Amino acid sequence: MNNDLSDNLVEQITRAYGKKTPLVIISGGSKSFYGNVIEGTALNVKQHSGIIEYRPSELVLTARSGTKLSDIENELSKNNQMLAFEPPSHNRAATLGGSIACGLSGPRRPFAGAARDFVLGTTIINGKGELLKFGGQVMKNVAGYDASRLMVGAQGTLGVLIDISVKVLPKPESELTLCFDKPFDDAHRTLRNWIIQGQPISASCYYEKRLFIRLSSTANSVKQAHQTIGGDIQHDKNSDELWKQLQHQDHKFFKHNNDDPRDLWRVSVPPATPAIATECPQLTEWNGALRWISSNEDMFELARQFDGHATRYTLNKKTGNDSTGDIFQTLPAGMLALHRRIKQSFDPANILNPGRIYNEL
Amino acid sequence: MKENKDRLSALVAQLSTCLPAECILHEAENLAPYECDGLSAYRCLPMLVVIPENIEQIISVIKICSENKLPLVARGAGTGLSGGALPLEDGVLLSLAKFNRILDIDINNQTARVQPGVRNLAISEAVSKHGLYYAPDPSSQIACSIGGNVAENAGGVHCLKYGLTVHNIQKLEIITMQGEQLTIGSNALDSPGYDLLALMTGSEGLLGIITEVTVKLLARPSSAKALLVSFDDVATAGQAVSNIIADGIIPAGLELMDNAAIRAADDFINAGYPRDAAAILLCEIDGTDEEVNDQLKHTMDVLKQSGATEIRVAKDEQERIKFWAGRKAAFPAVGRLSPDYYCMDGTIPRYQIANVLTRIGELSDDYKLPIVNVFHAGDGNLHPLILYDANIEGELERTEELGGKILEICVKAGGTITGEHGVGIEKINQMCVQFNSNELQQFHAIKHAFDPDELLNPGKNIPTLHRCAEFGAMHVHNGKLPHPELERF
Repeated sequence: MNNDLSDNLVEQITRAYGKKTPLVIISGGSKSFYGNVIEGTALNVKQHSGIIEYRPSELVLTARSGTKLSDIENELSKNNQMLAFEPPSHNRAATLGGSIACGLSGPRRPFAGAARDFVLGTTIINGKGELLKFGGQVMKNVAGYDASRLMVGAQGTLGVLIDISVKVLPKPESELTLCFDKPFDDAHRTLRNWIIQGQPISASCYYEKRLFIRLSSTANSVKQAHQTIGGDIQHDKNSDELWKQLQHQDHKFFKHNNDDPRDLWRVSVPPATPAIATECPQLTEWNGALRWISSNEDMFELARQFDGHATRYTLNKKTGNDSTGDIFQTLPAGMLALHRRIKQSFDPANILNPGRIYNEL
Repeated sequence: MKENKDRLSALVAQLSTCLPAECILHEAENLAPYECDGLSAYRCLPMLVVIPENIEQIISVIKICSENKLPLVARGAGTGLSGGALPLEDGVLLSLAKFNRILDIDINNQTARVQPGVRNLAISEAVSKHGLYYAPDPSSQIACSIGGNVAENAGGVHCLKYGLTVHNIQKLEIITMQGEQLTIGSNALDSPGYDLLALMTGSEGLLGIITEVTVKLLARPSSAKALLVSFDDVATAGQAVSNIIADGIIPAGLELMDNAAIRAADDFINAGYPRDAAAILLCEIDGTDEEVNDQLKHTMDVLKQSGATEIRVAKDEQERIKFWAGRKAAFPAVGRLSPDYYCMDGTIPRYQIANVLTRIGELSDDYKLPIVNVFHAGDGNLHPLILYDANIEGELERTEELGGKILEICVKAGGTITGEHGVGIEKINQMCVQFNSNELQQFHAIKHAFDPDELLNPGKNIPTLHRCAEFGAMHVHNGKLPHPELERF
């Protein structure tokens, strides 16, 4: 599908700005759970799709926001390249725009970088209906404020993403998944040592008393690393199945939450944080920096105690999230006030996904 | 005149209530060292300089400036190349030189918490015993400060693989112009709300004063090897850069030098470079021993197929350092060719390298000003050095005009006016080429969200719309437009 609807979207937003009509931005809908339920006129960007430019030698792909992630990944695969931040596509409906707007990243994140690290440029429509271009298609660009990366995770509250340029990377020549039986703290201490030694690790997961790591490098290097650090080779039908499940959040730990009365919490903490909420089922990624915790308890305070933040991650919950309380960790008053001023600078009539992240934004 | 003097005395008296006398400089001879940063073509004495010793003193300075509506310019080590720390005649210059302590090194979380005046290289030196380092390595890393690196989103030789400053910091403590202390980012890998860490990085001191930086530390690769590759044509060398990357290799560094740069560097430090080559590529591969061996072989195959005339592999660490020594000395080496040089920073898609270098050569002929090229080819980040003599009347102006044209070519080629040096005062006119008025207005609106009175580093980074309307008709000296009282559209 190759469809440029930017003029039409400019028109719709300009009209909404004039009438102060709140808009709810919709694309693939795979992350509708990730934020407050809000009301307004639907602004559908899903049809605004297609890869605009892709030059493998430039390591840059530019696509319209409604382009499906799976289409992008297929195209990249043809040239042995990938989106190295491994964005989740949930029910495979995810689009590039939604992925960048939500800013979620997968297993390779602590090694390769997050969604925001790969965004080189964006074209957006702000809340006044102005089509604006920030950043570009080059690796380095310090002209003006970095408004492109500001869009990552802003969930459309600052602007509707139209076109996005992302940096892509070559796929590693060889990958291998290894497994170790170790208690949590020991596993993470060992993992830290391997990382400081420069072992070619590209992902880690701790689940049910076992540490899984992925090695990514040239074949010789992966082989040597395995010899040095040991561990059992994972012989799944597809050796990277585990990492795909974690990336797309359809690993059984996430599914388990389907009928669970407990909430799934995404708790982001400094990686060397010891085991927390040990009575709750959990899965750890990112060398300890990302804790998925299933709990009845509110995780906001615990996350704060450990210098991190929590998100009520209502993935797979059928009920709406309007009655369940805050989704995202509350911001300190000064930060929230600054967020509001920034929101106002992009969206003075407060029409773009108002209230999606915080009621005040 | 007297009015100005009285104003200055009153201000000094007010500042003296919260800062020790030795932290306030206001005599002309004391102000002189601050009159410019690394872009010495622009000079201006500030009204006064303050060198606070603690956060409370910074807050006091900010409050006093805010009350008196005085512009405030922050300065780190003053090595910036775009005039970002150029003082304002009627403003206060805030030096962060005394904020020079490494506060904490957290090996387990691979971070270091440092004050903004800490030198870039000092961080890597402090953590090297743990096998760690701080990746961004601007060429001024021996002198430049981390606060300035954040303000400019500094890059360096290893950006292609390891990213810019924005990719290598986790948390900032800042003070806004309202005197409010805010924590941006976190010790976790992400934080709730907007990505203000990205917004602050590269904001050139227009949004807040950075008082603390938490940087990420990386494991030092166990192996690094370098290639010195010759070409008999610059365009072929440019194409080889694209070929390497298209073949799935991400070198740790990939630098291009043209013949003039090769000879200058060789004359200067006897680097042993092939003096007759039209261009050389310096290519470094790092990682595990096996990875380096595999990729080195792969890279050499690609280079042979791409028309390299000679490939030398550094046989040991000593030779690897020697290969790089020539590149690192290239700017001072070029400095010996001419009384002055002017360094540009345009960045373009790699596939445009050959084309843009040809256009730059043509412009050099038209203007009769020699240009030497030595740059980060892997990132497409050009650094054309225009040779000129400031003592010849009008030559600086012609150089700046030529520089401006080069940047416009970069924008037309799908690139940007600045890859890593920043806009500052230097490229303020070219911002009008890169961005339209709505985009510039959006930038001003962002600025207002942080600094409604526009007191932080005004006149830098983002041009006013008036100024863009004027662009092309006049030139700027010391950041001052003629007839500033006139509105221009």
